[in-house]
Amino acid sequence: MAAPPKTSANPLSPKERMKVPRQHMPEQAPELRVLNFTEVNLGYSPELARQEALRCLQCAKPTCTSNCPVGVKVREFVELIVLGDFLGAAAKIREDNVLPAVTGRVCPQEDHCEGSCLMHKKVESLGIGYLERFVADYEQQHLDLSKVRKAPPTGKKVAIVGSGPSGLTAAGDLVQKGHQVRVFEALHEVGGVLIYGIPEFRLPKKIIREQVDYMRAMGVEFETDVVVGRTVTIDELFEEEGFDAVFIGTGAGLPVFMNIPGEHLNGVYSANEFLTRINLMHAYEFPRFDEPIVDFRNKDVAVIGGGNTALDAIRSARRLGARKAYILYRRSEVEMPARIEEVKHAKQEGIDVQVLTSPIEFLSDGKGWLNAVRCMRMELGEPDASGRRRPLPIAGSEFEIPLSVAVIAIGTSANPIVQSTTPGLKTNKWGYIDADSSTQRTSRKGVFAGGDIVTGSATVILAMGAGRRAAKSIDEYLVSGKWDVEQLPAESVT
Amino acid sequence: MFKIANAEFIAPGIKRFVIEARRIARKHRPGQFVIVRLYEQGERIPLTIERSDPERGTINIVVQSVGKTTHLLNSLTTGESIMDVVGPLGKPSEIEKVGTVVVMGGGVGTAMAYPTAAALKQAGNRVISIVGARNKELVILEHEMREVSDVLMVTTDDGSYADKGFVTDKLRQLIENGTRIDLVLAVGPIPMMKAVADMTRKENIRTIVSLNPIMIDGTGMCGGCRVLIDGKSEFACVDGPEFEAERVNFEVLIQRNSMYREAERKSMDEFQHDADSQLELVRAGGDPYFAKGGR
Repeated sequence: MAAPPKTSANPLSPKERMKVPRQHMPEQAPELRVLNFTEVNLGYSPELARQEALRCLQCAKPTCTSNCPVGVKVREFVELIVLGDFLGAAAKIREDNVLPAVTGRVCPQEDHCEGSCLMHKKVESLGIGYLERFVADYEQQHLDLSKVRKAPPTGKKVAIVGSGPSGLTAAGDLVQKGHQVRVFEALHEVGGVLIYGIPEFRLPKKIIREQVDYMRAMGVEFETDVVVGRTVTIDELFEEEGFDAVFIGTGAGLPVFMNIPGEHLNGVYSANEFLTRINLMHAYEFPRFDEPIVDFRNKDVAVIGGGNTALDAIRSARRLGARKAYILYRRSEVEMPARIEEVKHAKQEGIDVQVLTSPIEFLSDGKGWLNAVRCMRMELGEPDASGRRRPLPIAGSEFEIPLSVAVIAIGTSANPIVQSTTPGLKTNKWGYIDADSSTQRTSRKGVFAGGDIVTGSATVILAMGAGRRAAKSIDEYLVSGKWDVEQLPAESVT
Repeated sequence: MFKIANAEFIAPGIKRFVIEARRIARKHRPGQFVIVRLYEQGERIPLTIERSDPERGTINIVVQSVGKTTHLLNSLTTGESIMDVVGPLGKPSEIEKVGTVVVMGGGVGTAMAYPTAAALKQAGNRVISIVGARNKELVILEHEMREVSDVLMVTTDDGSYADKGFVTDKLRQLIENGTRIDLVLAVGPIPMMKAVADMTRKENIRTIVSLNPIMIDGTGMCGGCRVLIDGKSEFACVDGPEFEAERVNFEVLIQRNSMYREAERKSMDEFQHDADSQLELVRAGGDPYFAKGGR
């Protein structure tokens, strides 16, 4: 690794930099934001961004970059912020990340760049996510799409199945290599989980549309309303539509239910359905939008689960007017997989986080609607396969919480549509696609896969990392024509 | 956008659309459906594919005006377009030679029963079809059903055409006459399918019904269309829409389909209050602020 550039732009010594406090992200006040769906975080001003950027120690070996699934050159882009070259900083990020405005908002930075920031050991880590968001938004405001450069065409065609984070990343990287890229999306809008899963108050739809428009300007083609496996098969994409390679990034599709009594009652939603109604279909704007949602006003609501999806759901319920809003999570707060910032925001919004609590039955009002949930308290035993301490029910601890709506956010499983219609495509015992963890190659020649459909539910940035590796591997395959049979699939990722 | 090659009312409030949808037309098999969205503010609704023409690249859908979306859709005419049509969704009907099959279509359900009846006939089955409607004007696809059936029976609830009564009356007659029935396919309103299921369960006749729960994405992602099958949740969009009737919990289906009744009524009231401007909005693709990505 080369020595860090000597910067005249940063007048502070490393010691002085450590003394500058982390710049707070301006945000909507909790009592105001629970009344709307607009974004909670308001973004850094250029002044705040430069002040924060000054804190960067410009490490010789930047662990922030080595711990980033797509390898964003943090040190370089932060340095460009210090120099005041915000567009240069954006271009620097774009070398590795085609969705900076998205990752700047939803990435669990504490698990990657910020978690490995050297400052983190002594003071608060550098606000890398906030800085990334700032330059991405600045770029958007000063962007001229007509000036986006297109690579000379290679004549090779790649189909991307699914327009979520892995698919968009693969598409962006491949089109920059000059390949013709077409993205197929099953829904009517491009973005996958970024559109149907993540709410407006955390990731505005406008941001995704802008990022997609940028990709269109780069030459990526999009076709919505195509369910690959049903509307067209992978074999047909190769044989009849002339594609040279296919990347499958269909995500972790099917909602998992708890299989406890009463799950079919009216008022019990899967998180996927609840969030799809809110985000993709704008049910919170009913009747201006046609898709309805049950009336949440002055109702008590619980979401079961402790991940980002659970928090997105309960905070959406709050904004729909829920009176009491609970998170029911079976482990303790330290095991919650959600981003730290989301848990903080949720608590500010009055969400009652009930840990060590697990539902055992949904109770009816006698007319087919949910009336209450019966729960048990849990205690933590020995670590399980996930390395987290296993929750065990405490005998005799049953209790009821009166509820009108419950949302189940305990995870997803593999959607089988593509696998079951693609002969020779190997899957593991859970139905996820077998793909090499470094080349993303599957058991079918020319077919690559990555993201949640390979790993099971993970994060946006991990899916983007897989999309990136796949793009590199697809490019190698298209250029060399070699499909190294011995290597396939070296290992399945589970 | 999906162009409407032809649109005509085939009964009061029931319109048949021929839609240019090349990919769907090639892949459609009997028993499958599409999901349609009309404009940016629109909901997604599942609709039966009545037939497809892979050569011309068209599919036919048959739509009955019930709520706001179907009223808006049925206001569109030849030459206009539908914003989103996705499919074909769901598992195709199982088409096997089993002997004698009774195909029952209630109301607009006849449109879904028709392609399966045709395929069953082609597979060498003896097809007895029973088509029912509220009154004479609402009997649809009689001619088409006759073409693919060995026997066709028609009933109307009010007796204004053919035989007065319900389709289940005809099924009971067949059973009482000792007609050998190897399979029953029933597609129609939930009470009709439930009545058929109750009747054939006692007689041990294998019966398939096509369910129509509330649905959003249609690919298994949301779980909104879950139905209780043998006490377990299954998804009508990917595990169905056809299920063995005796395994279906119809009470839960009725209960879940009533979940948004109030909202549906509100939507319909507001639509009827100002139908013309709503239709204008659909023709424009939706709220211009939204369409520009202003949100």
